[in-house]
Amino acid sequence: MKQQIIDSKANPSSTGEADDCLFEYLHAELVNYVLSRSSNAACSSNAACSSNAEGEEELSRLEWMGFSVGYRIIERLTREWSRFKDELDMIKFICTDFWSSLYHKQIDNLRTNHHGVYVLQDNAFRLLDKVGTSNSKQYLKESPRLLAFTCGLLRGSLANLGIISTVTAETTTLPSCKFHVQVQKI
Amino acid sequence: MSRTGTKLDAKKVNSELFTLTYGSIVAQLLQDYENVEDVNKQLERMGYNIGIRLIEDFLARTGSGRCYDFKDTAEKIQSGFKIFLGITPSITNWSPAGDEFSLCFETNPLTEFVELPDNYSNLKYCNILPGVLRGACEMVQMEIACWFVQDQLKNDNLTELRVKFVKRLEDAIPAGED
Repeated sequence: MKQQIIDSKANPSSTGEADDCLFEYLHAELVNYVLSRSSNAACSSNAACSSNAEGEEELSRLEWMGFSVGYRIIERLTREWSRFKDELDMIKFICTDFWSSLYHKQIDNLRTNHHGVYVLQDNAFRLLDKVGTSNSKQYLKESPRLLAFTCGLLRGSLANLGIISTVTAETTTLPSCKFHVQVQKI
Repeated sequence: MSRTGTKLDAKKVNSELFTLTYGSIVAQLLQDYENVEDVNKQLERMGYNIGIRLIEDFLARTGSGRCYDFKDTAEKIQSGFKIFLGITPSITNWSPAGDEFSLCFETNPLTEFVELPDNYSNLKYCNILPGVLRGACEMVQMEIACWFVQDQLKNDNLTELRVKFVKRLEDAIPAGED
């Protein structure tokens, strides 16, 4: 009887779901590790300075890891894809297919000034989704930790598509967040 | 969608994301620590942290109760791999006393894109797995030891993970209650 329960849960669609929680746990460990590292290394003398005066934490490692993952994954994803027309086309790809494969939903809102600035808004970002209920502000201060990896992921993906950019994230209320992509003109 | 390209397969993408993310963690750890042994230890610790949370997912998903014996445990661990990683390791090499067995992996999603350079022969690339098992079992009152015997990344035919039952953990009595 129990075996049956296990089997029915292990059908393809739900294993996909399970893979997800693995990524989420792994991501949590990643954040954990990077934070403990930076607080140990940077300021072992001062216990409270894993975040500096503005409350900003040392997250560049996370961002860099995201970058390397994004750089690799986009290469595999777009292998059998037809050529992109232009920059906007690539950003659209990121917002729709890329995002929905990675984070189960498309970007909710894309804005651009047509001069290399794009704002991608996700109203229920997967990695923030389980942190407090909607419109909660309790964990707002910690949320950048959960976004740094994805910022890097975006930057890395775009870099391998030939767009050099800087990506920052912004949250005002959980679980929604905005990613600002600023393309650097060469 | 006007685009004619193939549609992305969400499940495949997700497992690749997982694999690549794990790879970047190992790479980062190798940069951060001089000693490969420390990297192994850190990976195990991360696994442990994941395991103690993952067990809840496992129990919630399968609705399984306590294990009757260690054989039962082995099967549940096997089904855990099926659920979370989509692979079914075979259970072999039982010790006569029935307190040790091996999990053999023919494929391992964690090592999908990995080649181990010769100078990292001490690195246990997948050392997160023993950690996960240890953490998960500890949450169901079982202390186990877990280590790799064979590793495909080191040119063995298959990856073999040895699991040994150490002892049952008793429920701790809260302080002040005898």
